[in-house]
Amino acid sequence: MTKKTRTIKVDYLARVEGEGALYIKIKDDVVQDVKLKIFEPPRFFEAFLQGRDFREAPDITARICGICPVAYQMSAIHAMENALGIQLDGPLREIRRLMYCGEWIESHVLHIYMLHAPDFLGYEDAVRMAKDHKGIVERGLQLKKVGNEIVSLIGGREIHPINARVGGFYKVFAKPELDGLKERLKWARDAALETVRWTAQLPFPEFEQDYEFVALSHPEEYAFNEGRLVSNRGLDIAVADYENHFVEEHVEHSNALHSVLKERDSYFVGPMARYNLNFDQLSPLAQEAALEAGLGRECTNPFKSIVVRSVEVLYACDEALRILESYEKPERPYVDLEPRKSTGYACTEAPRGILYHRYSMDSEGKIVTARIVPPTSQNQKTIENDLWKFVPKFLDLPEEKLTWQCEQAIRNYDPCISCATHFLKLDLERV
Amino acid sequence: MNETPVLVIGLGNEFRRDDFAGVEAVRRLKKNNAGVKILELSGEGTSLMDAWEGCDRVILIDAVNSSAAPGTFRRLDVGKTPVPANYFSCSTHNFGVAEAIELSRSLDRLPDQIELYGIEGKDFSPGEGLSAEVEEAVGRVVEEIQKRFQSP
Repeated sequence: MTKKTRTIKVDYLARVEGEGALYIKIKDDVVQDVKLKIFEPPRFFEAFLQGRDFREAPDITARICGICPVAYQMSAIHAMENALGIQLDGPLREIRRLMYCGEWIESHVLHIYMLHAPDFLGYEDAVRMAKDHKGIVERGLQLKKVGNEIVSLIGGREIHPINARVGGFYKVFAKPELDGLKERLKWARDAALETVRWTAQLPFPEFEQDYEFVALSHPEEYAFNEGRLVSNRGLDIAVADYENHFVEEHVEHSNALHSVLKERDSYFVGPMARYNLNFDQLSPLAQEAALEAGLGRECTNPFKSIVVRSVEVLYACDEALRILESYEKPERPYVDLEPRKSTGYACTEAPRGILYHRYSMDSEGKIVTARIVPPTSQNQKTIENDLWKFVPKFLDLPEEKLTWQCEQAIRNYDPCISCATHFLKLDLERV
Repeated sequence: MNETPVLVIGLGNEFRRDDFAGVEAVRRLKKNNAGVKILELSGEGTSLMDAWEGCDRVILIDAVNSSAAPGTFRRLDVGKTPVPANYFSCSTHNFGVAEAIELSRSLDRLPDQIELYGIEGKDFSPGEGLSAEVEEAVGRVVEEIQKRFQSP
């Protein structure tokens, strides 16, 4: 075969939240370079927060992402409470968990049905998929809506949720006010179970990899809001130690930073990590559905993340119902906190993985420094690694198909690039 | 005067400069008591579909990036004509406005009358405040909508 020089160029990365850029160079059928570019980490927000009152951080950071505002809000709230030395329990803690269930449902279902499934079924997008699979798309839309309803009811019906605050909530609800969600969630739980079964029979390429998975782990629950940071390679640290173990490296091709584990290298956060590390804490129904779907207790094929995400939707429905069954209205909506000179840390499990916040405030409660590490920047290096290994398997494909395969491999991570950037382009180049 | 109630939805992110144009427009309509129902959304498509469910007459206002001069705006009858390709190429959301409109069309869930005011943005970088061109365009869009729906 004569050696060829080919160039593939795609202008933007479709169907990831935000816009991404990927550059792959292939020479003589050997991958020469893989660069996932992210141009703007949330540095604007870190600077914007300086000098603001500590109570403003949840509302401001909620605006970083239109898809996972609750995650930003929760990480900010927990970091501030950590700084001021309080930890909420009882119903207030439960309502936060309920709200997070809503966001997981919304975000995961959006990705499963609207962004990722078309890849597996061979459609360019959900609009085209809907023409042949109307019932399935309708189910996805209805299921996502249940997540929306939870977040809107508890978080407030605004452009971003506004009801959560440092110390609790502005408004809390009497039990009957939340009862309407139960019937909806029972339907959603059935739909989520069907979603697990539906995604399980999609065609998956063989692509088992050896990853270091990192997630929060809590002794009593499938961790959302608190816990220790653990991995399958022995990491077990308090969240406050995050920056002693994880570093953000500058990479030449991107204004963004690659987050790596100091002791080792790249790592993997998100549904796959949580599933592999915390399987035992999924509800019995979610565990059973996962096993029935053929996932096993461990899953190392990122293409199957669509099934894992479906299992987490099922879990979130189950968990939301559990919370609603035992819910009692909190005695007071929030605990008032007096600022003091302090530093606080938090990680919560955003739908896409751990979202780290650190804040220092002065004695008046003015924010002195803020640090935000979104899950997508943590997965970036792992995505690049996947592509290094994945592309050589598909070199015989025509350019368009190969590009699509690469995009699908990136979408395995549900990268919320809008958290980290705005404009991104995709270039796949063969020389 | 138009009998059907109108829902005007402004889309955007206030920390992406000109991306905020749609939200700024509906805030002004509200302030001016323009006689229309208004809603602010981030632009995530499925939430948009939920928002217009049950509405017969909807107007969307969003910033766009279609290589036109900053501050120009177009009113598109998207109920009848598909959204032009790449009209939102700078959008921060990928199942966004265009996808919501086209998916609704596929599923027969589009409001009877739906229009889109697309305001060409100039600067979508992180930060606050509209560029002068977009600020001026927002004023013109608000004025036009007020004229159209004002009670006599």
